[in-house]
Amino acid sequence: MAEENRKVAFICSKGDLDMAYPALVMGWAALGNGIDVTIFFTFWGMDMIRKTRQDHLELAPVANTSMKLSMMGIKADNAGIPNIMGMLPGMTAFATKLMKDKMAKLQVPPIGEYLQMLVDGGAKLYACKMSVDMFDLKKEDFVDGVIDIVTASDFMDMVEGAQVIFI
Amino acid sequence: MTTKTIAGKTVQVNEEGFMTAPAEWTKDIAVEIAKEEGIAELTPAHWKVIEFCRQDAAASGKTPTLRRITAGAGVTTKELFALFPKGPAKKVARISGLGKPEGCV
Repeated sequence: MAEENRKVAFICSKGDLDMAYPALVMGWAALGNGIDVTIFFTFWGMDMIRKTRQDHLELAPVANTSMKLSMMGIKADNAGIPNIMGMLPGMTAFATKLMKDKMAKLQVPPIGEYLQMLVDGGAKLYACKMSVDMFDLKKEDFVDGVIDIVTASDFMDMVEGAQVIFI
Repeated sequence: MTTKTIAGKTVQVNEEGFMTAPAEWTKDIAVEIAKEEGIAELTPAHWKVIEFCRQDAAASGKTPTLRRITAGAGVTTKELFALFPKGPAKKVARISGLGKPEGCV
């Protein structure tokens, strides 16, 4: 009998731009090293697989204590952006653009393209049934790589023997 | 630093089995390592990837990442994973006589 392949599974629960990357980066590394990858999208994490949302994820400066002026290339690690400024119209778009530009500079692809790379590399994507019902979504709302809408119990069956990472 | 004899030639390898002197690499070595990695025969499509990696590494001094390979060698991600199944990142690097790719995409 063939040796059982190493497996890793990610649960993506966040829809912020910065929280979309961990599973993509680690998942891609896993595939490159011959590890099976399964990704389960739940709650806000479903934005990563929604056709209308995946390329519009944002980074909000409000209530983000790590958002400092150094993001803008100003060398002052502890100088923050006051929350009151983060509330101004356009600040979320501005922070999002800064991060997207930094990612592009590192040749990191946008979310949609990145996810497609993982699918092409063999990653299996699933959406959470309860979240899908809560947000009143259908399978057609998701990008092509999403295999199915499954329950938490189905997910538990699927990831038997896998290392599970919650994001 | 240890050495290993591949295809009748003694080459330098690191503890993970990656060759450390790209100049010692030959096509016979590539064929031999490919077999070790479970790829019985290197087709022209394999060679296109290997040659791109060799050239890119020689020019940049770094082993290309998978995304750099798909962009530069004219293969799709699907093709790359089909050519070098179960872990193309390390397999391509090993067969091309290069170090482990640095970089995350």
